[in-house]
Amino acid sequence: MSDAPSIVLERLAVTFTHEGRRIPAVRDVSFAVAPGETFGIVGESGSGKSTVLKAIAGLVAPTGGRVSIGGRVMAPRRERADRRHLQYVFQDPYGSLHPRQTVDRALREPLEIHRLPDRETRILSALADVGLEARHRFRYPHQLSGGQRQRVAIARALILSPGALLLDEPTSALDVSVQAEILNLISRLRREHALTTIFVTHDLAVVAHLCERIAIMRLGEIVEILTVEELRHNAARQPYGRELIAASRGFTRDARALASEPSDDE
Amino acid sequence: MSETPLLEVEGLDVTFPGRGGAVRAARDVSFTLGRERLAIVGESGSGKSTTGRAILGLIPAPGIVSARKLTFDGMDLRRLGEKGWSRLRGKRLAMVMQDPKYSLNPVQRVGAQIMETYRLHRKTDRRDCARRALAMLEAVRINDPETVFRLYPHQLSGGMGQRVMIAMMLIGEPDLLIADEPTSALDVTVQTQVLRILDDLVAERGMGLIFITHNLTLVSSFCDRALVMYAGRVVEQCDAKRLDQARHPYTRALVASAPSLDFPRAELMTVKRDPAWLA
Repeated sequence: MSDAPSIVLERLAVTFTHEGRRIPAVRDVSFAVAPGETFGIVGESGSGKSTVLKAIAGLVAPTGGRVSIGGRVMAPRRERADRRHLQYVFQDPYGSLHPRQTVDRALREPLEIHRLPDRETRILSALADVGLEARHRFRYPHQLSGGQRQRVAIARALILSPGALLLDEPTSALDVSVQAEILNLISRLRREHALTTIFVTHDLAVVAHLCERIAIMRLGEIVEILTVEELRHNAARQPYGRELIAASRGFTRDARALASEPSDDE
Repeated sequence: MSETPLLEVEGLDVTFPGRGGAVRAARDVSFTLGRERLAIVGESGSGKSTTGRAILGLIPAPGIVSARKLTFDGMDLRRLGEKGWSRLRGKRLAMVMQDPKYSLNPVQRVGAQIMETYRLHRKTDRRDCARRALAMLEAVRINDPETVFRLYPHQLSGGMGQRVMIAMMLIGEPDLLIADEPTSALDVTVQTQVLRILDDLVAERGMGLIFITHNLTLVSSFCDRALVMYAGRVVEQCDAKRLDQARHPYTRALVASAPSLDFPRAELMTVKRDPAWLA
């Protein structure tokens, strides 16, 4: 197993160009995640939270700043070994599994790409690790439930024994009871495998359940970084952070609690 | 709450025949609704949307709807013909769907769509319609109604699209609004604004609201009562504020399986489904 790396972002910027227009998706984002830590990024749609995660994974190229993993600055084009070290789980298990490939094929492919031996043993132990049984091995995605599909996606990430796991809204498409199973699974796996984990979500209760520190993003920037205790007690220092936390606690009929209504900024 | 309920549902069954046998999407669903906020909670496939659609007569063939009683303001909805429905729907009964992308006409400007609903039900001229539609956009807190009036749906953000749809449903001033996950696609800060609009309508106009959702935090903070559905059945009816004191094991498990900002848990409870719940 690889060791859990630190993940350090220094003034990361990502700008997309669309029809000649420059769209700054991420601006000046810096944070450091310690080896084995679980770090959360929360924000509303368009806040840039997923883009940060993709830049860490090397799926989008930063236009400024740097990403260091385990103390090494990452080049724009990643080495195969670096890719193996960082694994990614996407929101939609329906979309991230090939509909015409069996579970076995989905788990075997990364082993082939990274030329790892003992494929049989690894596939069986990865399935057991995420709570799937041997009978699920030759099923197609449509023969599995949403929760089982997300388990396959997690197994596919872990089969390469990565040091870090990047999770992008892994439970947003699932029912509450299935979400509970997947969150429990993630908790157990990151403990057993000592993984550095970055968890991106819009759900503050989910992020508080899993993470020790949480960055709040808005419009491509980090507004502030809170500890889980500060998040739970709404000790945010910025008005936006306070508003986001208050809104996540449910509806309130006291109009003054939400004096600063956000405008239609799209 | 008024003396006679706005809506009475008794023994509602919805069945979809299929090759592998009939699927009973709603089974013996019974409840009444006054001028209040009633939540229908449940997981996917529990029959909550089916129940909402059945009330509006929107179950497509070959689906079969039957009920011992289905009355809205004293009218028997079971005996209503197409004509009766079109007089009722959009005017006295309305439904807001989850995703504005699929519920707005992509090739018609927003203003025209809102006006159409109004013109179908009121004998009035174009100018009056436009004025009403603009007022409605303002009521759903759209900052610049004149501009939005002339936009096409693809030019709106998700939150604005949702508010446009609500404006369209509310312009007929319905007595009963069925809102099917109206805020699930919205960011939490926008969600609060949309809920405030619905809340005002219940409080000020005495509208009855059926709020279909899977979000338990919203149920307990926004609604008055809750129906909990499981596998097509209502397993429990309770005070929405007392969801945490629910009696049915399914409701209790559902509450305990959601992570909470207030009560940290080392491990989330998972739902152990008991076949007895289906009996």
